[in-house]
Amino acid sequence: MKQEKSFYLAPYDLNKVFEYFKSRGYKVFGPTIRDEAIVYDEIASVDDLPVGWMDEQAPGFYRLKKRNDKAFFGYVVGPHSWKKFLFPPVLTLFEAKRENGKFKVYDVNTANEKYVFVGVRACEISAILIQDKIFGGGQYTDPNYIKRRGNVFLIAVNCTEPGNNCFCASTGTGPRVVAGFDVLLTEVIRDDLHYFIGVPGSEKGEEMFVTLGFREAEEFEIKEAEKDVNEAINKFKRSVDLTDAVEVLQENYENPLWEKVSEKCLTCGNCTMVCPTCFCNTIEDVTDLAGQVAKRIRRWDSCFTMDFSYIHGGSVRYSVMSRYRQWMVHKLSTWKNQFGMLGCVGCGRCITWCPVGIDIVENLKLFKESTVKL
Amino acid sequence: MEVSEREILVVEKNPMLPQIFQIRSRKQETSDTFTLELEPVEAGVEFIFKPGQFNMLYVFGVGEVPISISGDPEKVSRVTHTTRMVGTVTKAMGKLKKGDLIGVRGPFGSSWPVDKCSGCDVVIVAGGIGLAPLRPAIYYILRRRENYNKAILLYGARTPDDILYKHEIEKWKSRFDFEVYVTVDRGTSGWKGNVGVVTTLIPRAPFDPQNTIAFVCGPEIMMRFTALELIKRGVSENNIFISMERNMKCGIGLCGHCQFGPVFVCKDGPVFSYSQVKNLIFKREI
Repeated sequence: MKQEKSFYLAPYDLNKVFEYFKSRGYKVFGPTIRDEAIVYDEIASVDDLPVGWMDEQAPGFYRLKKRNDKAFFGYVVGPHSWKKFLFPPVLTLFEAKRENGKFKVYDVNTANEKYVFVGVRACEISAILIQDKIFGGGQYTDPNYIKRRGNVFLIAVNCTEPGNNCFCASTGTGPRVVAGFDVLLTEVIRDDLHYFIGVPGSEKGEEMFVTLGFREAEEFEIKEAEKDVNEAINKFKRSVDLTDAVEVLQENYENPLWEKVSEKCLTCGNCTMVCPTCFCNTIEDVTDLAGQVAKRIRRWDSCFTMDFSYIHGGSVRYSVMSRYRQWMVHKLSTWKNQFGMLGCVGCGRCITWCPVGIDIVENLKLFKESTVKL
Repeated sequence: MEVSEREILVVEKNPMLPQIFQIRSRKQETSDTFTLELEPVEAGVEFIFKPGQFNMLYVFGVGEVPISISGDPEKVSRVTHTTRMVGTVTKAMGKLKKGDLIGVRGPFGSSWPVDKCSGCDVVIVAGGIGLAPLRPAIYYILRRRENYNKAILLYGARTPDDILYKHEIEKWKSRFDFEVYVTVDRGTSGWKGNVGVVTTLIPRAPFDPQNTIAFVCGPEIMMRFTALELIKRGVSENNIFISMERNMKCGIGLCGHCQFGPVFVCKDGPVFSYSQVKNLIFKREI
């Protein structure tokens, strides 16, 4: 990437950024605290951000904690991911109406909403790029996804403090944001200092900086930000060697280890709901009571349900083991055959939000160590 | 993973919106199986498909199911489906009458490689409703009969009453250039034909294994054992093709339901060569 100008933003300059987009018809989405978690929702101003909060994470564990500073982006990732805006959890795909004994189909997704995503992490950008490939890169594409995606202005934030369950350095998807953003922010906090270094990543991003008239950052200001980002890589508590993961998992479908690693699994599907790349969905066709208007509704689905693989006669994957195996092999192996990349970006959400703390990283290590090859 | 700048995504026609077709005829094939002939409501629209492909059929307000195309690929003004009533949607579909409307998305998926080998013996092995997705290939082959050496159909049904396309099978039997062998799992009084599963027909079927291409469709267990029997006779794994069935919600590789290890049955299949799937097909719950 060519070297762009860097701009200096005081913390509350972000309000100018939000106003800039709101006045241009955008909805601004960003991190905010709800139900004792940091979630992504519409935000009005900086005051809605989780100022001074961080998240503590461990397998099956998530708590918010006060920080010693007033950082805006001092947390890692919560249970939400940006996929809920681009690939909504519930979406009506069409309406069909009976008219004179016949029926007609109407596309109901005609709205053209523009979104700003505030605070997108490197792993999350990778997840969005993965879903771009799934919904927009094949022979058939999802026009609803593509339309939403084309209307996103993406404000990324560099991670300087990876969380306990983060392993994006191992998946090659972070912690530094390198591409796929319109604006990249790095938050710098020292005893007496709090500012952002902003870098444009697109023409629209450049236009924003020019219009809002932020000053260029001084060299020492940039250096402090760079120092934080460079040091982040040394702060990871988790790592995993993904070499050969594709082959190891596909060669071990019948390894008895699967029974062990899935022993605790409740098949609740939490991991698939919080995963920023999981894309499986189901279709529900419904009618009104009079049978005159029908709808096709698409919903997020999970490979952990029995219905997921149902064909007449029963479910293909009826055991818990086989459903856990499907999920893990898909994430770290067959995804590569399907889309040319792995389905894991190292965000750690599936580990944090698993009610029994099943750990995909540790499980992969077990398979790599296992000498049983069938 | 390598992170690259995103490519510009292009909005195309929404593949989740069905086209409206009208039922031109309905035929009850067996007690639980029926055939619908559909015609696009929009005039002048041709329906072009390859043998082995399927459509997603939508019954208003009830739901959508993947159903293979069972008609002649050269008759492009209509599209034919043979369906067994086993679930909510197929039962509702079975109640539709001539003149009713139905939603169609497709054609989707891979096809029988009917042109893969000229001068070969073609062996078609069908079990039950598995004959339906093979019938377009039979039409195709019989229309170009001179391109093939022997043409053989081995068909197994549960009982004589479950035999599909009875009248047509008699017509095929009467041709000198198409050898048709039918067997039933359970005979009834009056049945004078073979009794036993379809794989029992393979050892004595008159084809040259070294020079044979085989198309197999039926229940998964039947396809597994048929493939093994064919290999035992000496047919190459690369020349055996099967048609897989999995749960499908979209038909276009976007819903994830039909995953079979690294492949999507809807877009990489449903027709696979045996060598493509042999590593997974004997494993449980993939």
